[in-house]
Amino acid sequence: MDALLLARMQFALNISFHILFPTITIALAWVLLYFRWRWIRSRDEGWLKAYKLWTKVFALSFAIGVVSGIPMSFQFGTNWPGFMERAGNIAGPLLGYEVLTAFFLEASFLGIMLFGHNRVSERVHLFATAMVAIGTSFSAFWILSLNSWMQTPVGYEIVNGEFFVKDWWAIIFNPSFPYRLAHMMLASGLTVGFLMAGFSAYQLWRNVRTPATGKTLRTGLFIAAMLIPVQIFVGDLHGLNTLKHQPQKVAAMEGIWQTQTQAPLLLFAWPNEQTRSNDWAIGIPGGASFILKHDIDAEIRGLNEFKGEHPPVAPVFWGFRIMVGTGLLMLLVSWGGVWFLKRRQWQIGELPKLFLRVLMAMTFSGWLATLAGWYVTEIGRQPYLIHGLVKTADMAANIVPGKIVFSLTAYGLVYGFLLFAYVTVLMRLMLKAGERQSSEQDEPGSWSLSEVKS
Amino acid sequence: MIGEQSILPVIFMCLMGLALLVYVTLDGFDLGVGMLLPFGSEQEKDRMVAAIGPFWDANETWLVLGVGLLLIAFPKAHGIVLTSLYLPVTIMLLGLVLRGVAFDFRVKVHADNKQRWNRAFFAGSLIASVAQGWMLGSYITGFQQGWIYTAFSLLIALALPAAYLMLGACWLIIKSENELQQRAIRWAKWAWPLLVLGIFLISIATPLASATVAERWFRMPEFLSLLPIPLMTIATLIAARVILNSSRVKHKLRHLPFALIAIAMLWSAFGLAYSIFPYVIMDQMTIWQAASADDSLVFILWGTAITLPMIIGYTIFSYRVFTGKAQELQYG
Repeated sequence: MDALLLARMQFALNISFHILFPTITIALAWVLLYFRWRWIRSRDEGWLKAYKLWTKVFALSFAIGVVSGIPMSFQFGTNWPGFMERAGNIAGPLLGYEVLTAFFLEASFLGIMLFGHNRVSERVHLFATAMVAIGTSFSAFWILSLNSWMQTPVGYEIVNGEFFVKDWWAIIFNPSFPYRLAHMMLASGLTVGFLMAGFSAYQLWRNVRTPATGKTLRTGLFIAAMLIPVQIFVGDLHGLNTLKHQPQKVAAMEGIWQTQTQAPLLLFAWPNEQTRSNDWAIGIPGGASFILKHDIDAEIRGLNEFKGEHPPVAPVFWGFRIMVGTGLLMLLVSWGGVWFLKRRQWQIGELPKLFLRVLMAMTFSGWLATLAGWYVTEIGRQPYLIHGLVKTADMAANIVPGKIVFSLTAYGLVYGFLLFAYVTVLMRLMLKAGERQSSEQDEPGSWSLSEVKS
Repeated sequence: MIGEQSILPVIFMCLMGLALLVYVTLDGFDLGVGMLLPFGSEQEKDRMVAAIGPFWDANETWLVLGVGLLLIAFPKAHGIVLTSLYLPVTIMLLGLVLRGVAFDFRVKVHADNKQRWNRAFFAGSLIASVAQGWMLGSYITGFQQGWIYTAFSLLIALALPAAYLMLGACWLIIKSENELQQRAIRWAKWAWPLLVLGIFLISIATPLASATVAERWFRMPEFLSLLPIPLMTIATLIAARVILNSSRVKHKLRHLPFALIAIAMLWSAFGLAYSIFPYVIMDQMTIWQAASADDSLVFILWGTAITLPMIIGYTIFSYRVFTGKAQELQYG
């Protein structure tokens, strides 16, 4: 295999693994702040228990996010040295601001948030929790700003192949940035909502009930139910923005080869790059035109207008369907769940086993949708690294394939193992929370590490 | 030497040096504690991890800042440096991944699995330290090939972990008491000759490996004005060793060994900076050749000027919150 393909696979593997964890921590930090605040306001033990249990989930997710994020900063250099040589004037400072404004903030206050419970006042502790939440969000801000700029580059000039800055304001707040940021923040909220609901359902399924279980389940379902309509709306805006700036990406998402009016919304199809058409296509006539331009007679530009300049169609096409499908399922389950709970006077004990199973099955649905969405946006911008300007293939490092095979295998094994360990430990934490409840009725102190280890 | 050229790359060279020095000192102690982990008893292991628990994450961020500054300020060198170091970087990252997650997993798993995560924590710390030493070694020689350069890199690959062990042991002297503190003092005494030998060998080997460095250090009259650097390093190291013998190191003077070793690192960093400047890649690329456009540097310099004092401020705050002996870590 050639070095370019391997470098791509490795970067894709690293990014795919890494993004799972910020997706959780961005929103979970705010949820923890909410739990903490509810505890201070109400002094209801359940909120404190919820805070403590989910702080552990946060700590673990954060640790994996940090350690898998550090390879990213190195791989800009190891895998795509050409990128930094040419776009370093723009990408460098954006990444630098992430480190300066976000990394140190979250890493420094995380120590206080996790272990400072008995050392600082409640107010300082709440402040530390807020700083961690702000830090994680800042981090998302800068990374998405850079990513969006690469998709919709503005505010630059090119001299001798090198990018120079003309307007920082335009670069940071580039045309696709607001949509991408909102889409990602909402994705994080939905991921956390279903994660909390799913794991609380798992507790109930295994007959583990803590004062936190109901609160977490309800909070999770409410977050999901509130955010999913907003997400669908923002997703639509994001799509329209993409159509304006990257029409070939949208053509791939919709599987439209020929420029046409009344473009169909394909429910199922198998995009075929050889024949440049779709096999087994089933679609709603005019559907794509309606969704994309809100007019069934509107013309949509097809992939054939972008020969050699458009992404591989099948992964984008399918990624988009998986994302949208998961989103619709989220809408159904979260609204159904809230309606269900309301009918049963918000008593989680009354929930039928079948519904618990559905929630458990949806535990990691946020990961699925986020990954699928990122594949759409990242594969969808190929063959370009910086849209319309710099091709990915020209930026790859000249590394001996053997070295990349080694690192790719090593990362693959480590990441696979970590994912397994992560899920296993989370499940254990949930059950453990119940044991604690029964054995420690009259001692509502904090949980120490030494207790958990036994 | 600077003359007509922009001062900005020099400022960023200093900032990068500062970030890496802070990294080596701070993450150095927690990597060192990680490498010492197998030598502690079961209960001591928990204490040792508790002594670095609230800090390791922020410590590691200095590495990201150092590499980040290389990427921001010297993008043309960034690619060359990191592709030349492809394998050690990969190995270091895997080591850091391993220890970073082991730290969190070891307290959340079954007791029988905890042993395994302890071992992973140790292995990750060792792998990352050795890989960093190797990287430093090949960086100083400008990534030249040949057995002599390999031998030199190998030497530093062993010397840097020795420095980390020393820092780790000195950190434990501050953060622990009773038996563990006794042991930490013994560990420090044991790491000291390794560290001294490492610094000594590097000081001899660097000018041997690089004609430029030799030229720079052994030219009169610079030689005389540079003499304080090695002399102060030696004096600081000896002072640290003497204090380890004093019984007061357990209480009143417990901060002193760590402080002295940190100062010795600072002196070494000065020496290294003098050897390398103005190259960002030894004998190949100067900081001006590798630098970003001035506009970009000014933009990030503003940010650095505003945020760095804040970062230092809350770093100090967080260290003050956890001042005193390491206690059982409690989530919440």
